[in-house]
Amino acid sequence: MEPILPEKVQELINKFAGEEVYLHMETTNGAYASHFNEKFFSAGAYIRNAKLTYEHGKIVGEGPFRVGLKLAIGWVYAEGLTHYGFDEDGHLLLAGHDFDGKLAVALEMGKTPFK
Amino acid sequence: MTETTMEIEQERHVLVIFPHPDDEAFGVSGTIAVHTERKTPVTYACLTLGEMGRNLGNPPFATRESLPDIRKAELQKAAAAIGIQDLRMMGLRDKTLEFEDDQKMMNLVTDLINELDPSLIITFYPGYSVHPDHEATARAVVRAVRVLEADKRPKLHCVAFANNTLEEIGAADIRYDIRHVYDKKMDAMKAHISQTIWMLKDLESSVAAEGSELHDRFNYEHFWTYTFDEKDKVSEIKS
Repeated sequence: MEPILPEKVQELINKFAGEEVYLHMETTNGAYASHFNEKFFSAGAYIRNAKLTYEHGKIVGEGPFRVGLKLAIGWVYAEGLTHYGFDEDGHLLLAGHDFDGKLAVALEMGKTPFK
Repeated sequence: MTETTMEIEQERHVLVIFPHPDDEAFGVSGTIAVHTERKTPVTYACLTLGEMGRNLGNPPFATRESLPDIRKAELQKAAAAIGIQDLRMMGLRDKTLEFEDDQKMMNLVTDLINELDPSLIITFYPGYSVHPDHEATARAVVRAVRVLEADKRPKLHCVAFANNTLEEIGAADIRYDIRHVYDKKMDAMKAHISQTIWMLKDLESSVAAEGSELHDRFNYEHFWTYTFDEKDKVSEIKS
């Protein structure tokens, strides 16, 4: 994973537009957040291998970045993204790594299902 | 330490069931090492590959997609460090266990018991193990053992670490001194380096602090014996 170059990531997002993609998205504060701090409200969401098509997508911000995907009748978006890269199957991986190096958010997409 | 420790009993077969690579290292790797040194067969069923681990680094050393392979290799190395010869990766997915079919989860444990006939099962304590996967694993084990006839049940030694453990179920009834296998436990911890690097750094600075929680963790291991009486709060599976 490399720090996000917004122009580069915008190009990659454009490549998948209008085609069916498999999508992974998660946001998490970790399963132990409320254990270490009982006042912490633990929340997160996870979706893996959602199959969808977006009309266009956009990366915005100065970093950490936000990415939004406009669907025919809906939206997908994620914020806090810091890094991008690819897995061995060529999926585009976008991730937000916090100051301690912990994953806080991920948005990934590609033409084949994730394992 | 003022608390007394006890001898680890000789077992016929030890079955360890945890959901995540590294669960075995933190709490029970010293105890496992003692069993394997005695040539007691130990089977470790690790239900997931810890796919949802969050320690990926910044700059990142892993991605959400590459982490499972990294953790699988770490798990194999840790198992070797403490002499486990029968490591089973059960192929479930991190942070999904409580959403799995409860009967399937129980059957997974029942099948292992039927095959291995363990005299001791080590897992988490239901209700006091914090992570939803720990809790789902603990419930499955309790349900699988509970349906056995009382005199056929293996002993069930559980790990508990929720903040309310002491006040609700009291102190562990089992406390082992594992200082003689300290090196093996440390090797198991180091094998899971992607998960333990932060803790190991802390340890270097505070291991000398006799009596500190971290120090204690590397020298003693604690278990709560699970009993099938009024303390058993695990529900029946809803049909």
